[in-house]
Amino acid sequence: MTSNIKINLLIDKPKYTADLGDNNYRVFTPGESITEQKDFMRGHGTYVENGEIKSSVVGVVKKINKLISVIPMKSKYTGEIGDVVVGRVTEIQKKRWKIDTNSRLDSVLLISSINLPGGELRRRNAEDEQSMRKLLQEEDLLSAEVQNVFVDGSLSLHTRSLKYGKLSQGILVSVSPSLIKRRKTHFHNLPCGVSIIIGNNGYVWVSPTVNVELEGQGGFTQNLEAVSKTDREMIVRIKNCILALSSCYVMIYDTSIMLAYEESLKYEPKDLLNQDIMYEVGFNAKQRLLMVNQ
Amino acid sequence: MAYNPLSEAEKTFILHGVQDDFRNDGRSRRDYRPMEFETNVITSASGSTRFCLANSDIIVGIKPEIDVPLSNRPNEGKIDFFVDCSANALLDFEGRGGEELALEISNCLRLAYSAAESFDLKALCILPKHQCWKLFVDILILQCSGNLYDAISFAVKCALFNTRIPRVSSALLDGGNVDLTLSDDPLDCDRLNVESAPLLVTTCRIGDQCVVDPSTEEEICSTGSIVIGVSQDKVTLLKTISGSFHPETLENSIDLAVNTALKINTKLLSALKEEEKKIGPSIRHHKSSFLM
Repeated sequence: MTSNIKINLLIDKPKYTADLGDNNYRVFTPGESITEQKDFMRGHGTYVENGEIKSSVVGVVKKINKLISVIPMKSKYTGEIGDVVVGRVTEIQKKRWKIDTNSRLDSVLLISSINLPGGELRRRNAEDEQSMRKLLQEEDLLSAEVQNVFVDGSLSLHTRSLKYGKLSQGILVSVSPSLIKRRKTHFHNLPCGVSIIIGNNGYVWVSPTVNVELEGQGGFTQNLEAVSKTDREMIVRIKNCILALSSCYVMIYDTSIMLAYEESLKYEPKDLLNQDIMYEVGFNAKQRLLMVNQ
Repeated sequence: MAYNPLSEAEKTFILHGVQDDFRNDGRSRRDYRPMEFETNVITSASGSTRFCLANSDIIVGIKPEIDVPLSNRPNEGKIDFFVDCSANALLDFEGRGGEELALEISNCLRLAYSAAESFDLKALCILPKHQCWKLFVDILILQCSGNLYDAISFAVKCALFNTRIPRVSSALLDGGNVDLTLSDDPLDCDRLNVESAPLLVTTCRIGDQCVVDPSTEEEICSTGSIVIGVSQDKVTLLKTISGSFHPETLENSIDLAVNTALKINTKLLSALKEEEKKIGPSIRHHKSSFLM
């Protein structure tokens, strides 16, 4: 048994500069003037000072007609109706669960907006509320959809579909929500035997693929049996790939994850912890992604 | 430490992973995450390092001052540690939140460095009974992603290696008053021998197995963890952070820690020498990557 110990010198570290592909993107810093022209409207992430529109966050400018907004590089999640999110129960209150979804305020999941296991209809009585903890405990993870956004920006979630519900074994990877690409579907079964749920809130859930027919009961059961080593290796590899992508600021969706996975195959999963290999995998995936998109 | 909750199923996943000798980031039970460091990052200190272990980020600065030796140890110098947990690292450290942990770590270091086998304090003595150097070791935690004890002890060792103490050209005792003359040349200075400076290795018991270098998630799952101070091949400190150990497990984890510490010691020393060779003899080099 040998232990793997690596100590590098920071003076040897190559400097990685972000390669933004085409140079249309420019990163604005807070207080930096975006435009002095009067006929623009200010959107999110900007403010007006002396008639100039200035950025209030670090990020890239997005123009829609006359509206100028800055998309922050790093931010809390601001939800939109229909988003798929992965969250963690922080608190159980009367008739609702409080869920941490990486937003400024905790989201709520009302007991009326879940499907009971086995499709059973809910009886509206006190007993029902008392047994809430049997379904979802504090610190449990779940996937859900945003049902509603309140005036203060907090979200109301629902799990009224068989694909949503409590999450079982796997790894949660947290990346910046601005790196998540909005797609038609956020649930993927990758060909390597790994399922991922890419939450719009920046939480990505990586887990072994399970047989849907065996477990499709509304998802409040947990399987605590040991995961096989091959599955585990794949899960860890995908996790490290996602982290590599996020360190290179590559948008995270099924294609980019698969490209990074293919790039990573020549290394052991644990090698992906080394920063130079991480950057190499991330940059190669980015280059291939640019080619795919052309 | 950090409040980072995990659900039952996630904990089970980590536990089975440790049993399979394949942890959540692909490491085996004996692997450390990659480390990086740079010495001489603070120009106003006599010795300094920035040390990163994965995302844990630590800065150490050392300043020597002249002091009177303890009466029971007349020909030894002194060394003192002060840890500052920045609220930037963890929100829990805000206000006085990090104080308890800071005190625990500095006490641990103090104990490890006071062992006779570990660090030669006699080298810090100027004039027995009258004058000695006292090293103030200031440790700042900038970011924290598990395994603080280990990272801090490695960082302190690097900073001590980098420390240059002004050379005393003459020390005279003149009727009870000490008359010291320090060398005028800033390049004329003494180095410390850090070969046997202690390394702290934390072993974490998860299930029936012990792992080194636990990540934050693994720290939450652990049923017991113990800090083992190792100077070369001698154990100088045992301190349980949480849980209890069966004698057999304890023995295993000590073996594991000593073996790992030996390897880290050689790698760390060779890396330090390599860096010195690259920078050359000058005390000040242009800072290259700090706060990059």
